[in-house]
Amino acid sequence: MATQELLHLKKLRVEFPSRRGAFVAVSGIDLDVARGEIHGLVGESGAGKSTVGNAIMGLLEPPGRITGGEIWLDGARIDAVDAAAMRRLRGRKVGMIFQDPLTSLNPLLTVEEQLVETMMLHLDLDETAAQRQAVELLTQVGIPRPAERVKQYPHQFSGGMRQRVVIALALCSNPDLIIADEPTTALDVSIQSQILELIKSLCRERDLGVILITHDIGVIAETTDRVAVMYRGRVVECGETAQVLHEPAHEYTRALISAVPRPDMRLPRFPMVSYIEEGGGVQGQIDLASHWLGRFDASERHSGEVARIDSVSMHFTLRRSIIPKRRTYFTALDKVSFSVAAGEVFGLVGESGSGKSTVARIIAGIYNPSDGRVLYRGTDLTAERRAGSRRSHQRHIQMILQDPYSSLNPRMRVRNIIAEPMLFHRLVASRAEAHEVVDDLLEHVGLGRDAGQKFPHEFSGGQRQRISIARALATRPRLLICDEPTSALDVSIQAQILNLLKDLQEELELTMLFISHDLPVIRQMCDRVGVMQGGRLLEIASTEQLFEQPEHAHTRELMRLMPRLDALARPRAVGPAGA
Amino acid sequence: MAEVRRVRAAPRGWLARTLDSDVFYSFYTSPVTVLAALITLAFFLVAIFAHWIAPHDTFDLANISIMDSELPPAWLEGGDERFLLGTDDQGRDLLSAIMFGLRLSLLVGFASVLLSAFIGVAVGLLSGYAGGTLDDVLMRIADVQLSFPAILIALLVDGITKGLFPGEASELLAIFVVVLSIAISTWPQYARTVRASTMVEKSKEYIQAVQVIGLPSWMIVLRHVLPNVLGPVLVIATINLAIAIIIEATLSFLGVGIPPTQPSLGTLIRIGNNYLFSGFWWITFFPALALAVLVLAVNMLGDWLRDVLNPKLR
Amino acid sequence: MLMFTLRRLAHAIVVMLVVALVAFSLFQYVGDPIVGLVGQDTGDKEREELREQLGLNDPFPVQFARFVYRAAQLDFGISYRQQRPVVELFVKRIPATLELSFLSALFALFVGIPLGVHAGLHRRSWTAKLSQSTALVGISLPPFLVGILLIYLFAVTLEVLPSSGRGDVVDVGLWSTGLLTVSGLKSLILPTITLGLFQMTLIMRLVRAEMLEVLRSDYIKFARARGLPNRSVHYRHALKNSLVPVITITGLQLGSIIAFAIITETVFQWPGMGYLFIQAVAAVDIPVMAAYLVLVAFLFVVINLVVDVLYYAIDPRLRVQSSTRGGAHG
Repeated sequence: MATQELLHLKKLRVEFPSRRGAFVAVSGIDLDVARGEIHGLVGESGAGKSTVGNAIMGLLEPPGRITGGEIWLDGARIDAVDAAAMRRLRGRKVGMIFQDPLTSLNPLLTVEEQLVETMMLHLDLDETAAQRQAVELLTQVGIPRPAERVKQYPHQFSGGMRQRVVIALALCSNPDLIIADEPTTALDVSIQSQILELIKSLCRERDLGVILITHDIGVIAETTDRVAVMYRGRVVECGETAQVLHEPAHEYTRALISAVPRPDMRLPRFPMVSYIEEGGGVQGQIDLASHWLGRFDASERHSGEVARIDSVSMHFTLRRSIIPKRRTYFTALDKVSFSVAAGEVFGLVGESGSGKSTVARIIAGIYNPSDGRVLYRGTDLTAERRAGSRRSHQRHIQMILQDPYSSLNPRMRVRNIIAEPMLFHRLVASRAEAHEVVDDLLEHVGLGRDAGQKFPHEFSGGQRQRISIARALATRPRLLICDEPTSALDVSIQAQILNLLKDLQEELELTMLFISHDLPVIRQMCDRVGVMQGGRLLEIASTEQLFEQPEHAHTRELMRLMPRLDALARPRAVGPAGA
Repeated sequence: MAEVRRVRAAPRGWLARTLDSDVFYSFYTSPVTVLAALITLAFFLVAIFAHWIAPHDTFDLANISIMDSELPPAWLEGGDERFLLGTDDQGRDLLSAIMFGLRLSLLVGFASVLLSAFIGVAVGLLSGYAGGTLDDVLMRIADVQLSFPAILIALLVDGITKGLFPGEASELLAIFVVVLSIAISTWPQYARTVRASTMVEKSKEYIQAVQVIGLPSWMIVLRHVLPNVLGPVLVIATINLAIAIIIEATLSFLGVGIPPTQPSLGTLIRIGNNYLFSGFWWITFFPALALAVLVLAVNMLGDWLRDVLNPKLR
Repeated sequence: MLMFTLRRLAHAIVVMLVVALVAFSLFQYVGDPIVGLVGQDTGDKEREELREQLGLNDPFPVQFARFVYRAAQLDFGISYRQQRPVVELFVKRIPATLELSFLSALFALFVGIPLGVHAGLHRRSWTAKLSQSTALVGISLPPFLVGILLIYLFAVTLEVLPSSGRGDVVDVGLWSTGLLTVSGLKSLILPTITLGLFQMTLIMRLVRAEMLEVLRSDYIKFARARGLPNRSVHYRHALKNSLVPVITITGLQLGSIIAFAIITETVFQWPGMGYLFIQAVAAVDIPVMAAYLVLVAFLFVVINLVVDVLYYAIDPRLRVQSSTRGGAHG
């Protein structure tokens, strides 16, 4: 198997000492990487994947240090060499690709200057030869018009192109091993697959060993030859990618795989796996007839159309000027129309910059559209907002935002965060009643009554998203907008939150607008879906129809790029609970 | 999994947790900071209780005798044990004068910091949250003013006020004019920082979340934005207390600040400067030492606060 | 580039007009200009005639326009205190202030930047800690105290350097310089250190903070991951990036040196325009105050303009944004 072993890790252990004791980031890591092979390192946040990469490079953030084990590169032990020797290895033997191409390049030097400097240092070339080779290298990583672009500064490249420059820089000194730390996480799906293809072909052509660090099982399935699954600082399973994904031996791997949303069929719920702690699903059943959450007027319960967007356009001013001709605008939305029926989950899908979040913010009342109307049960909300009158329907429309780390005010207790909308809209008679309802809501979203006393920073990402959900429910909304509610979460937590949303939607008879860039998630959650690109709504179809027979060319392209995950171990029907 | 995390858990109870917090830890592991805090505290106490602990009442003319003028410190030849640090040109006890001067300097410092922080925070919140033309205009004003050093603005304000109220240079008015001059010349710093933090907070999702709830803007600004932008304000206020004390001393030294009838530290130094060539070095030296130590201690606290809260301050 | 400069120029003109308005308001609302011109025994009728003659009864905008027009020709009227044309007073004093400020700026830059870089790169070394502590003391000492201290040490006690004045000056055309005589140069030493010290410590602390910030960035980590030696990482990659924001702030600081000269000039009785100004403030000599304000504002604006253009030349992001980025969204 490992015909030509390039990298060998033996019982690697890394600690971060602090005044509260030593934090062991990883321990007992064994890993072998051969030339010409892409070795995946997969795990959720906090698993220690990046620490392994940084330890190999000798670039651990202080005070982190290797406290045990060995690292062998090409037959030489490198974990104990001095700083100067390590520096000679970096670039010449090992290269690294970072996650964010926007910040990994020096903004004040041209691409050529950065390439030539590195090449002259490692390759014993004179300047003209290095310049010639720089152009050649840019051609290899697929940058058009390389002779011209090599003279440009990093900010003149788009995100995907910049990541190609980063790859060229990592490769320019001919290393044997490349460590790619989440190289495509900051990029759109279409760019992601191009970059992964590039890494694959360069690995074959140059007979490189590659360590690909990622949280994304789809990327692992499509790109790697072998994979190591990490959980809390340890490798729980390691082997051929196909083997590991198809017949996972470890319980955690099975849990991880079952939590990945399926693109091929819709399941009623995600299989819940006992291995992953933190919070449960909906606690206890609510009888809407008697519960506070169900105490709305008969007029609020309705059928038919709930919300309608009527040729809404949105322009953002890019440059203000007193001369109208010199003003420039960015059109975020261009005459978008659709409607959402009572009780349905309507999805909006598209890449970054497609305008899907702008739609959500317009309906929720954060932005006013430049043109067009937003109707809630026949009432024109935009006219009402422009007139500045009391927003009578505001509390019926609530929103769950994307980033759980910034969507809660860090200076308020959870109880007050959730009580605020109730008190403001006078849905409760007293503060005491509000707190009663808050405790009930917290229990219902799986956090328990004590959670209200704490501050947001005491919770994990998934738990914070549950708090967000409780806050959104506190006004007894009829239309719930979910804007990428799980894109910042680990896949196992995502499964839990999506299950919670599904349960609540059914139980409370909610209407939902669900926004995501992730097609499999859309498939699991939505009844109907609209596809957006560049501020336009391309097509609307029922979920089944969209996934089986996409009409628009862009939709078909998105479907093609979607990881199929055929290799994953999956039962055909409802998943194994616990196993 | 217990083996992987060998980290001691944070203790329970708010007092224990405060004592265990990183801020407090960084405080008591830095002896210099503790020393600076103790010195600052001592100066504050002396200033507050000057009336009780000062050995002489320098304002009571009956107590002052011109016979006692220009006496050196008690331990030097010709010194008088009644006057530990010697006397000034009018025979006032220097130690007592420094204590009362300290009180005036701190009073002016605090008052001007409060006033300028209030103006600056209000403008910063307004500018950062409203944006648009209002933001442009307010920040342009702040920019223009910021490009003129505080001392020049303070001198101008002082000159204008003197021109507007000629002759009636009462002490209270003089103090008020100095406070106003310092406040007007230092508010843009708060405004710029608060505006920047407000814009950062405004783009965070918790603000959007309360916008969706339907809260009016003034409520969002006061209840949600303000508490989250106060960290940097605290740092600037501490550093600006030092700056305000320096500006007051400088104005008084230049003769346009606090009048000599009720001397601040700066005024004492100005008086002493006239006698420097005559060899009466102590009249300048001791007030100057008090001023330098006070400002240094406050600056150290400010530096420590900035490093702990670590906002990007320029 | 042309658009950028023009926009900056327009901005500068607006600033100058605002300052001119403030200066003009001084005339309008602070004191009565007539009082400074006539004697006690002048009758009301004559005063009114004089008002009419001087245009003091004209509408505000007309008077303001006249003020700006005159100011542009360097005509600021006659000093109340000294009864001589204001311009005449300034012409003699400008060289003294500019020479002092220029030398202090050089001192602040050439000592402050290297010390800041050193403290940023080797922040655990004892030299860095020493310069950090010194800087803290430096910003805590009011400039006038530093001046007094230096005078006491070098002029009173050691008697090696003069305590006041410019020493011997040589006239080169209208410009009287102290740079060409030994006593002139000796007289410059103490005031230069006094004036430059505060700015130097500010610049040092700023450079250090920027340096630390840049050293934490991703591209520095990536440069290290490529095996680049420390020399290149520190001076080729980190230094230039940390100097970009320093330039703006330093520009502002250098501008304020001219105004800070007020204090130094008072301590050293330096015959510059700051000393003139402080005497004018004490005597409420409005024409001199107004002229000083306009003059200093003009110097600030010129310095800011130079700094902006310099910034533009150093940072490629600004240069290209205006041509490609701006057009892309169209």
